[in-house]
Amino acid sequence: MRKFLLMSCVGAAALLANGAASANEELIRLSKDPKQWVMPTGDYANRRYSELSQINTENVRRLAPVWTFSTGVLRGHEGGPLVIGSVMYFNTPFPNIVYALDLNNDGRILWKYEPKQDPNVIPVMCCDTVTRGVAYGDGKIFQYQADTTLVALDAKTGAVVWSVKNGDPSRGETGTSAPYVVKDKVLVGISGGEFGVRGSLTAYDIKTGKLVWRGYSMGPDSDTLMDPERTTHLGKPVGRDSGTATWKGDQWKIGGGTTWGWTSYDPELNLIYYGSGNPSTWNPKQRPGDNRWSMTVWARDPDTGMAKWVYQMTPHDEWDYDGINEMILANQETRKVLVHFDRNGFAYTIDRVTGEPLVAEKYDPVVNWATKVDLDKNSPTYGRPLVNKEYSTEANGEDVNTQGICPAALGSKDEQPAAYSPVTNLFYIPANHVCMDYEPFRVSYTAGQPYVGATLSMYPPKGDTNMGNFTAWDAKDGKIVWQKKEMFSVWSGALATAGNLVFYGTLEGYLKAVDARTGEELWKFKTPSGIIGNVSTYEHNGKQYIAVLSGVGGWAGIGLAAGLTNEHEGLGAVGGYKALSNYTALGGQLTVFALPSGL
Amino acid sequence: MHISSLGRLLALALAASWATSAMAEPPAEPKAVKDADGKYLDSKGDPTFNVKADGTVDWYTYSGYRRYHAECHQCHGPNAEGSTYAPALKDSLKRINYAEFYGIVVGGKQTLGGGQEKVMPALGENKNVMCYIDDIYVYLRARSADAVGRGRPEKHEDKPPAASAAEQACLEKSS
Repeated sequence: MRKFLLMSCVGAAALLANGAASANEELIRLSKDPKQWVMPTGDYANRRYSELSQINTENVRRLAPVWTFSTGVLRGHEGGPLVIGSVMYFNTPFPNIVYALDLNNDGRILWKYEPKQDPNVIPVMCCDTVTRGVAYGDGKIFQYQADTTLVALDAKTGAVVWSVKNGDPSRGETGTSAPYVVKDKVLVGISGGEFGVRGSLTAYDIKTGKLVWRGYSMGPDSDTLMDPERTTHLGKPVGRDSGTATWKGDQWKIGGGTTWGWTSYDPELNLIYYGSGNPSTWNPKQRPGDNRWSMTVWARDPDTGMAKWVYQMTPHDEWDYDGINEMILANQETRKVLVHFDRNGFAYTIDRVTGEPLVAEKYDPVVNWATKVDLDKNSPTYGRPLVNKEYSTEANGEDVNTQGICPAALGSKDEQPAAYSPVTNLFYIPANHVCMDYEPFRVSYTAGQPYVGATLSMYPPKGDTNMGNFTAWDAKDGKIVWQKKEMFSVWSGALATAGNLVFYGTLEGYLKAVDARTGEELWKFKTPSGIIGNVSTYEHNGKQYIAVLSGVGGWAGIGLAAGLTNEHEGLGAVGGYKALSNYTALGGQLTVFALPSGL
Repeated sequence: MHISSLGRLLALALAASWATSAMAEPPAEPKAVKDADGKYLDSKGDPTFNVKADGTVDWYTYSGYRRYHAECHQCHGPNAEGSTYAPALKDSLKRINYAEFYGIVVGGKQTLGGGQEKVMPALGENKNVMCYIDDIYVYLRARSADAVGRGRPEKHEDKPPAASAAEQACLEKSS
């Protein structure tokens, strides 16, 4: 076991003041130090895995809160804390306060940054005023604010080093995702797929905040940063202007494909990976064509933004299955792959060098909108999902209520990130278990106004009462290994550790620890409010800690607050409503757990 | 939509904001007393719902269910039941009357502070809302009176020609 130098934030910043490209080396090195949690995704591969094992299956039943911190904000708390040296950093939902807490003094506030933003950005955020975390690099803390300001703060003092505006809220563009530091750049996506926003990933210079490149999800090649000959899809060149060719007229200009999820990075291949969201509108009949490149896995060169390969998972989306979920990098024997649990209910294993899909299997058996993904290279439908006409909102048409589609628009999993354990070689999926009726209808577009065009009704699958699952998945064979039912969707990010534990939070507010091999629940604690944040772990002064934000909200706070009913089971199903509001109320708290001293 | 002039729109919004600042007059009894081309009105002449003994709802209640779930539910929750940050409109409509409702939808509303900032946008320029504002009001009113339960109403009256004509005229009108 290598010894790691515990660097204070000050020491790190001083050592690396020169040479921006070394921000990368620093982050790679720091992400290998299990004592710290240096980026929202844990490491560049998005594994959410820690080598710490002081807390393990033998002793976790003794885990208890050791200190807490109220954030002062009562909205949905997605994201989670970073720990760099002896300082913990995290941010809150709107107004997007950034806190730096001193771990040497029970979380005393070292500095606090509170931006002033126009509250009119709030109603343009479709699904609560969330943020998915801050990022660290080159001695700075980066926050992507609701109003699309990307700000760089001195990690020691909180002073603004630079600030840049990435988008325009008056056109429905907002910021909810965590920035991602790669080499000498800070990457941010953009939100607003329900407002006709054309999605993009943008890279800013880490030292100056100057815009270096922007790759759009649709448009001509100069916008999408694609090479007609060299960028490939399913092994073939994408051809000229592939980002407009499958759209009618100018619809690509309000095409959606937003980028509000997670990014991963392979330093050896020098590629970043992320997914694009739903095409705009939700009415498929109003936007004929495959709508490339919405619903797509992207592999881009982080220096130039050029796309190396793409894979579109849900061509001509009819159900709002955004493709933005995390791309977890793993090795399958010697093959370099990425594993992606898509909203559409399929778990993909994709060769991350070439973009070839190797496995695509349902990670929830109730998924019914497609029978399978065609992985036969000789087939005319190679790479495409085979859609069940019965659940096709396009086939059934506008003003027709297509019923019983599984999964619902929120997907078999939404942005809440899964974890991977190299010890068990299993992936741990925080999942939803909800179906829907979906009725598209014609809508008109006005900049800054919702551009949706569908009526939805969501409910648990027929015969089931659970609306969530926590699932262990074998990505090589594409199989569920074990699955724990949860009353509500599991909306938190998971954490796997070398102590053979997996942690996740529930919407009622429980933080739970389960055995990574069997799924047996070993410990739980009820925090003050529903958990939609991502669990982190770190070590300080020789002791391991688990940290998580509580604060119900996000989409779950909208759709599940008053409960879901299956109206096809009869309107009189009184008492069948499992309402989240019966279990939790608003909150905003960080809770830190550890084992009692002497263990 | 039956409000055709900007002047009347502004007057209503003003009346609504005046009504809000003074103690607002609560809505009248929701019972339908008049049927105007498949649209039902209460004793004050405000739009209201009509549900027959066999559960058949009027067109506007049904249409309002669809429009509410397209334009409003992403904050206010399915079936007007509320979310963690936006009120349950099935309860709000017990207190606020048609003019107030109209004013808030057109002009927006902000409640800032106390750890949560809640902002209702101004939707006056949004045709997907304004061309169906009465439909949405009627549906919410039916929910507030418990005249319809959760979920899509199973039976509804046919779409009246007057509704189609008004919808057409509203959507095609240049702002």
